[in-house]
Amino acid sequence: MAKKLRTPEEASFDPASIDLLQLACDNEIETAFSRADSMAACPIGADGMCCKVCSMGPCRLVKKGQTGICGATLETVAARNFARMVAAGSAAHSDHGRGMAYTLLEAAEGHAPDYQVRDLAKLEEIAVYLDVKVDEKPVNELARDVALAALHEFGKAEGEFKFLRRAPAKRQEIWKKLDIIPRNIDREIVEMMHRTHVGNDQDAEHILDHALRCSIGDGWGGSMIGTDISDILFGTPAPVLSRANLGILQEDEVNIVIHGHEPSLSEMVIAAAQDPELIEYATSKGAKGITMGGICCTANEALMRQGVPLAGNFLQQELAILTGAVDAMVVDIQCIMQGIVKVAENYQTVIITTSPKVKITGATHMEFDERRAMEIAKDIVRLACDRFPERGETHIPDVSTEVIPGFSHEYINYALGGTYRSSLRPLNDAIMSGRIRGVVANIGCNNARVRHDDAFYRVVTEFLKNDVLVVETGCGAIASAKQGYMTPEAALEHAGPGLREVCETVGMPPVLHMGSCVDNSRILTVLAQMATEGGLGDDISDIPAVGMAPEWMSEKAISIATYCVASGAYVIMGHSSPVSGVEEVTRLITDGWEEKVGGRMEFTNDPDEIVSRSLAHIDKKRAALGLPEYDPNKWGKSGDWRIQEFIELPFAEKIEAAYGSAK
Amino acid sequence: MSRYIATRAIRGANAIVAEAEALLQKAIADKGADHPVAFPNTAYYLPVMYGMLAAEVTTLGQMEPILEHAKSLLHPLPDEKFWVPYLGETLDSGMSTILAAEAIEAIRFIYGEQPEPYPGIELTGVTDYSNFGGNGSGPPTDGHLNGPIDDIQLRSWGIQLVDGRMPGFAAIIGAAHSNEAAVAIVRELQSRSILTFLTGNVNGRSIIDQLVEEGVEMGFDTYIIPFGRDTLSAIYPVGFATRAALTFGGMKGGQWRDILLYNKFRVFAFALALGEVDDLKYAAAAGVLSYGFPVIADTVIPEILPTGVTQYEHVISMPWNEIEGATEEEKAAKLVQKCIEVRGLKIKVSEVPVPVPYGSAFEGEVVRKNDMRIESGGKHSRAFEYLFMDKMEEVEDGKIELIGPTFEDVEDKGSMDLGIIVKVAGRKMEKDFEPVLERQIHYFINGASGIQHIGQRDIAWIRISTAAADKGFNLNHFGDILYARFHEDFGSIVDKVEITLITEPDLHAEWLQKARDAYEERNVRLGSMTDESVDDFYSCTLCQSFAPDHVCIVSPERLGLCGAYNWLDCKASFQINPTGPNQPIRKATQIDEVKGYFEGVNEFAVQASHGVVSEVAMYSIMENPMTACGCFECIAMLVPEANGVMIVSREDTSMTPTGMTFSTLAGMAGGGLQTPGVMGHGKFYILSPKFMSADGGFKRVVWMSSILKEQMAEQLKVVAEREGDPDLINKIADETICTDVEGLLTHMTEKSHPTLEMDSMF
Repeated sequence: MAKKLRTPEEASFDPASIDLLQLACDNEIETAFSRADSMAACPIGADGMCCKVCSMGPCRLVKKGQTGICGATLETVAARNFARMVAAGSAAHSDHGRGMAYTLLEAAEGHAPDYQVRDLAKLEEIAVYLDVKVDEKPVNELARDVALAALHEFGKAEGEFKFLRRAPAKRQEIWKKLDIIPRNIDREIVEMMHRTHVGNDQDAEHILDHALRCSIGDGWGGSMIGTDISDILFGTPAPVLSRANLGILQEDEVNIVIHGHEPSLSEMVIAAAQDPELIEYATSKGAKGITMGGICCTANEALMRQGVPLAGNFLQQELAILTGAVDAMVVDIQCIMQGIVKVAENYQTVIITTSPKVKITGATHMEFDERRAMEIAKDIVRLACDRFPERGETHIPDVSTEVIPGFSHEYINYALGGTYRSSLRPLNDAIMSGRIRGVVANIGCNNARVRHDDAFYRVVTEFLKNDVLVVETGCGAIASAKQGYMTPEAALEHAGPGLREVCETVGMPPVLHMGSCVDNSRILTVLAQMATEGGLGDDISDIPAVGMAPEWMSEKAISIATYCVASGAYVIMGHSSPVSGVEEVTRLITDGWEEKVGGRMEFTNDPDEIVSRSLAHIDKKRAALGLPEYDPNKWGKSGDWRIQEFIELPFAEKIEAAYGSAK
Repeated sequence: MSRYIATRAIRGANAIVAEAEALLQKAIADKGADHPVAFPNTAYYLPVMYGMLAAEVTTLGQMEPILEHAKSLLHPLPDEKFWVPYLGETLDSGMSTILAAEAIEAIRFIYGEQPEPYPGIELTGVTDYSNFGGNGSGPPTDGHLNGPIDDIQLRSWGIQLVDGRMPGFAAIIGAAHSNEAAVAIVRELQSRSILTFLTGNVNGRSIIDQLVEEGVEMGFDTYIIPFGRDTLSAIYPVGFATRAALTFGGMKGGQWRDILLYNKFRVFAFALALGEVDDLKYAAAAGVLSYGFPVIADTVIPEILPTGVTQYEHVISMPWNEIEGATEEEKAAKLVQKCIEVRGLKIKVSEVPVPVPYGSAFEGEVVRKNDMRIESGGKHSRAFEYLFMDKMEEVEDGKIELIGPTFEDVEDKGSMDLGIIVKVAGRKMEKDFEPVLERQIHYFINGASGIQHIGQRDIAWIRISTAAADKGFNLNHFGDILYARFHEDFGSIVDKVEITLITEPDLHAEWLQKARDAYEERNVRLGSMTDESVDDFYSCTLCQSFAPDHVCIVSPERLGLCGAYNWLDCKASFQINPTGPNQPIRKATQIDEVKGYFEGVNEFAVQASHGVVSEVAMYSIMENPMTACGCFECIAMLVPEANGVMIVSREDTSMTPTGMTFSTLAGMAGGGLQTPGVMGHGKFYILSPKFMSADGGFKRVVWMSSILKEQMAEQLKVVAEREGDPDLINKIADETICTDVEGLLTHMTEKSHPTLEMDSMF
């Protein structure tokens, strides 16, 4: 039975998307939004109660006490389903990380001449974590050793998992005691699949313990390697001014949208698009130039490092094509809807798949090879230019906003003290004093079943008012970017008095863009550093912080949430729980995990509820640390407000006015 | 930061770095890249460059890479809208400003523009330029401002900085709202013993000019040091702070992070910007923030209240006209109070009920004959002071009595006899503490502004200035001061204090005799006190706030290396504060009688030095000598060719036979490091029979700064007798005789110095 279709305003909060949804409706083009309306989610699967691990099923368990053909209980089934999501998410991030390590290896060995080490300091830092001797080695030799050591972490037979030492000492102890330290990254994913095979691990708690272990290999392993090596190869991000939303597409230029998650090819495409020869080529096709825009996490990677504008987040991939102005959409891995091919059939847009891991029926496949990276990138740009003359009518919403991204943990340290005094001390101080009430990591996807960007907008707005510093990655970050929350002016307009003071001191936005979804590892690094900086306890679980993904949809989101919990964080997921039908499993991932690792995972689809639970948690942690109760009335005196009045005085009055007005 | 401050500071930094580069190119063109550059009497080259970058800059050409680095720290100005963050960038620009400013000031020395000429000015204590001038024209002869503080003064202030007598320093930049305000602010700082550095100007007028016009005494002795009238001279306080970390913190050049954090946590300094703040001042302010020093302004500027780079607020605006107060003094008091809060200074305030300002910053004040109302002691009269303990019931606490006439009837600039008798009682008071407490009278009385106290016992010499007398200061106020201070500082051993001031001639004579009998008795008692006669030595870890791994072991025959703490002082201090820096160390088993190894001492050294030092030989310089912080009075160092040691005084800036000046040697002796053959020590230790007795004792001294010979002439004579060689002192060379080894050996041979016949020291 088809459900009632939502109006564009009901389906999305984002004005550019509303505009294009109306267009889709008018032109009867199907999108994820309309498909979500016309097809209800499978209710049994949604609650985690469907078991399809063998061909005796699928077993539809619909009531308490019911078991599968093999006798597997609801608890076992729900835990297995959940654990497999963690495994898939970990696999995705980790395989991404592995890909980056191979690119570094190819570059170091001279096989991929278009790549080189751009951040030597970071290479040396990572070398230390991987026990690679830095000595006086030539850069490429060091890079090769680091790449091999990183690759070793994925499948080594024995020895300590090396990146764990980046966690606070107390956290490492907890993991050791629970015996959930990953032995290597791949093994825990494989074992997760093994354990959840028919007739294997059939104790929910035991299954979920391994899910924690598997996820740690993601957050502190695969993802972290992905982030670190991307920084080594393409530079560690620092702030830059750019724009966000579909209005960045240009009417009269060739528009190339990069979409997916990996920076390796997109970096090359960005460089190729600046090649005078190719710009010339674009001109020969009647365009005034070449514009790049990004969707999803490839967008975040390109934005953070190169300032490439954001076209939009996950749910805007089809909508971008609907503008009629996208000449090529170049995709790599993860979160690419097959639906884009169908939408593109209505336009000149060519969908180009590039990853050896990803082909989509109907798309043009131009397989990426690091050894010929620039050559392939140029072919892609040329193909996009060739499509430009085929354009029909375009419909680019005039909606875009400034964004200042680039908050790598390295830059945050620098921002708070410069080269000579870089540290997180001012951040810890601000939390301790109560200027910043706490920190929220607001991350994750979009989900076609909830109003697009709405939950992000609602929670972030409330957090800012309540002096909570928000850090973001992924599609959540893109939502806030489009909202204008990632500008320094947003602090003056939307932040509470204490947060505003801190933002004005640093010159930063109140919502910090920290990168793509593998870059949640950056958030782990910052949290670990906050714990060791002093004043906020000695473990991540002591910090007044909450993690959340209000519009989550992917298995990666579940893996991220799980490793955040394993690291001690309180995590609130929006939308719905994949184990909602099974009370015991819900208890295990909330109270059960809290007892074990100090963090818990909750689900609620109500943004107001997310905010109130978060603030309660933050205040509880503040009290536990003996910090003063949050009181916004104490803050807000500092800043430039007074000097403005002074500057405007006539010169003659300034001299005495400098000493203030007599009382 | 604020965007406004960031914009101005970054603009100022860009300008000053460009100026430094241009000036350096000009200087290199004029003088050549090899032309020497240096600041006077420092072992730390150009200290900020050395501290931050480990750069040992001695020539113009070596400054080029420094300025390149400074340039790399510059940033563009923040945009008007949608700016990228600016805090880290501004702090970097501040650091580049400091480096550029230091380069410019160093070059100005070459052109005779530093120290800044100031015809007619007289300072009470100033950096010694007598051995300086190698790189430039030397200081002007008709008066000049101080320029950078030399290592000598830095070290001699060390003990005051660590024991809290000097709670921190203020770097004032600019000019005050009025001359009255200038004086009031400086007096407020002085009364809290805050060292005050004066720099900068507002439209050409400096607080230095204001204080000169108001006749305020400036110089090391009054804690008010005029560095220069240019904003750039603010580099000198920064260099001072950097050297504090190098000198007392045992840090090496290039440990920038440690040096900056040392300053944040241990050096309580702040910048006070008076008057309009221009781009360069904002840039300099950004530079000092990295040291953890906050900035307070008396004008309207943006405030930066969140904390982190500094311990408390970063930038405070306290517009002068908005400070509540009827007078400039009241406003100044509030402003200084705010500075203290913002930097978190720990002030030991002595509320002493006298009609003149009071604080240890006034200790060094000189009352000249012309400014004097009356004196006691010196040529024309006799003053003495005598403190003794009595039974509880014999002492009436708070009684202050003057017996005899006041000075009202004595003519102006005349003199009169005075006896100060202090009677104390306390359950924990011991007879041994009498001299310890008595010596405090000097410091206590000197703390009053307009009063000068010199000497002790029956050679005390006190002057009261006309200014103090005009404000109503009378003899009874000496009693008020002593009563208040003994209770405050020694309250845990002294329960009752009674003071009698005697001017009546007969009674004066009677008590003078009693006092002299007591002095004699104490001398005998002190002389008989040896290391063997006691069970406990005392530790002194007072300096660990500055030199974290250093520990002094104080024995009856070896006083602390700063010269400020002998064994009795430590014992008294332990009574006063049983958990304080002076702890008894049970000697326990004596492992080696000659070298002075004690089990208890070794154990303590390991623990207190955090494992850095495992053994201490009390009586040897050649084997495990005692470590030093940075505030030693003298350095003894082996001169291998002479088979003996030389002793250099902190006050001696000349070259020594080892080819190094005191400043350079100090780097080897300080920081809690054990270096055989080098030892920092107190002046009076030279006189002790235990002075490197394991290595041959005083007879090993082949060279000694002449100032020591002069200051201790009488005592040294006694030592020479004790060593069985009455002519020994003449056999010891000094800087007036030779400053190289050849000259030293010639002198020794000529005079047949005994060590020539002694066994090899090593």
